[in-house]
Amino acid sequence: MARAELDESVPRWDPMEQAEIDARGIATRELNDRLRDLMKAGIEHVVLKNVCGQRYIGTRLYTPEKKKMEIEIFGTPGNDLGAFLYGHNIRVHGNAQDGVGNTMDDGEIVVEGRAGDVLGMSMRGGKIFIRDNVGYRTALHMKEFEDKKPLLVIGGTSQDFLGEYMAGGTVILLGLGDRTHLANHIGTGMHGGAIYLRGAVDPSQVGKEVAISPLSDPDRELLKKHVGEFVSNFPELNLDLSEIMKKEFVRLSPRSKRPYEKLYTY
Amino acid sequence: MPRRRRELYNKEICACSIFGAMNRDGDRFKGQGVIEAIANMHVRGNGLGGGFAAYGIYPHYQDYYAFHVMFTGNSWEAKRCAKQDLEAFLCENFDVVYDEEIPHGDETLVSDPPLVWRYFVLPSKSGEDANRTEEDYVVEKVMWVNTRIENAYVFSSGKNMGAFKGVGYPEEIAEYFMLDREYDAYMWTAHGRFPTNTQAWWGGAHPFGLLDITVVHNGEISSYGTNRWYLEMYGYACTLQTDTEVIAYAADLLMRRQHLPISLVAKILAPPIWNSIDRMNESEKKLLTTLRMVYGPLLMNGPFAVIIGETGRMIGLTDRIRLRPLTAATRGEMFYLSSEEAPIRLISPELDSVWTPNGGEPVVGELKNIRMVKDEVIPLS
Repeated sequence: MARAELDESVPRWDPMEQAEIDARGIATRELNDRLRDLMKAGIEHVVLKNVCGQRYIGTRLYTPEKKKMEIEIFGTPGNDLGAFLYGHNIRVHGNAQDGVGNTMDDGEIVVEGRAGDVLGMSMRGGKIFIRDNVGYRTALHMKEFEDKKPLLVIGGTSQDFLGEYMAGGTVILLGLGDRTHLANHIGTGMHGGAIYLRGAVDPSQVGKEVAISPLSDPDRELLKKHVGEFVSNFPELNLDLSEIMKKEFVRLSPRSKRPYEKLYTY
Repeated sequence: MPRRRRELYNKEICACSIFGAMNRDGDRFKGQGVIEAIANMHVRGNGLGGGFAAYGIYPHYQDYYAFHVMFTGNSWEAKRCAKQDLEAFLCENFDVVYDEEIPHGDETLVSDPPLVWRYFVLPSKSGEDANRTEEDYVVEKVMWVNTRIENAYVFSSGKNMGAFKGVGYPEEIAEYFMLDREYDAYMWTAHGRFPTNTQAWWGGAHPFGLLDITVVHNGEISSYGTNRWYLEMYGYACTLQTDTEVIAYAADLLMRRQHLPISLVAKILAPPIWNSIDRMNESEKKLLTTLRMVYGPLLMNGPFAVIIGETGRMIGLTDRIRLRPLTAATRGEMFYLSSEEAPIRLISPELDSVWTPNGGEPVVGELKNIRMVKDEVIPLS
């Protein structure tokens, strides 16, 4: 069904009439074309039903006037959900696959479930909230510049290589439901940004470029704000912010901004 | 072993798709759902290979080895010659109880299909062979055919199971072999291919199998050369020009011949890296170090996610740092493995559990019973 059929002769459907798309059997490109048409027509809220593996949902939604859209997804979106996302809001009622928020620029992605590998890879702005666990290489080479600072909050825990080559931004791992963090190689090659883990982590689990430290007061303020956003994004969980904040957090940050300075020499 | 010179191929980023579904009660089902699921990952492949393995499809011949053989060659004459040679060899070494062309649809569905035939056979051992196990005998004969008979390849050789594969998208191969209506299996695995290092041909499509073990694979085994030399010492000839073959033979060597449990096999194929081993307790450290010493040449380096099928069991495994995706899920008696979650949801919207296994840690689905025709229940020991 996902056969890429790019028949341009099919009559274009009128975007003004509805803001709901039944994605069953629709190929990736066509689905994104329809979203783009809707955005250009000024529709601000779109519901996608029966999504099943279509990729790059929310990409190519750029307009010079920075139009914004809310996209609600029912089903299982495919890889690279919200790739290059330009300020839009996406909410998934279910699980997401690999590559959520790949090189995302701005906006917000909320997943009411789990996400796969390389979540937030090269992300450079915006916010992602994942209710459950995430896979390998989360926040791989996430980065920040001046006021653009990506945020990633994960309700569960992560598998190995969290924050690998991380260059900026904030990652918060809540380990709700008393999950222990078993990931290894956390922050390998990390040289910017910060990872906050709720609960304990053994020094052997983190890369040698990473320093583990207790929270400072500004850290605590920052966490309270972002964890609060997480709580309000998932009202169905009935979470209590102060209850979550009672447990100890640790901060993981790079020892050096240029860990390979001495490795590559002329 | 004869080695052939291979042509180098321009490398591209690969993303095969793999999918497996198993009914752990042993109830058999048609291939339709699995075909839809693998077709849902159409964009991962490029139409240069697709295939399926199905378990429990030949209950009437369950005691016979089912050989699926492809006769390639440019002309009808070449195929016919290969078939004659193979049949002469089979008659000498086996009792052939039944044979027929594998039913297929219109040849325009696929490109350049070989002649594909199936034979149900029993070994007829004589002389020195009398002391060998049946399985060893069959493996040796399969290797003999694949290396010595030009244009003939036995690509499936287990009991009560079979592989179907070729050049095309998996849904096209399924249509060609009519898998949606011809066969009932309690377990299906499927593959959509994006060949990376070798050219596409019918024998090079997945699954790869030996006896009842089959492998579908996404990734690239960069240790192929080392693995292959090691396996050649044990009599396995790699003839199908692609890396996945070594996983099938390694699984046969370790699981069938050496009787190692899958938990150890996983630690051989995808061992933890040294600094993880350093952190283990003494006994684990000793075990893992020993395994790496003894089986070093069977370490599969490079990215991979595989589904290994065998009678009554479906195993998912990725490389130790999970450079290729694998999602596992259960729903009632059904057990699923897939490159992505969406295709599982396509055929089973509600799931009891869904998770991504850790790199190097196998997930195993096992049959509680194998239910044969006429509702006889035969427990698996």
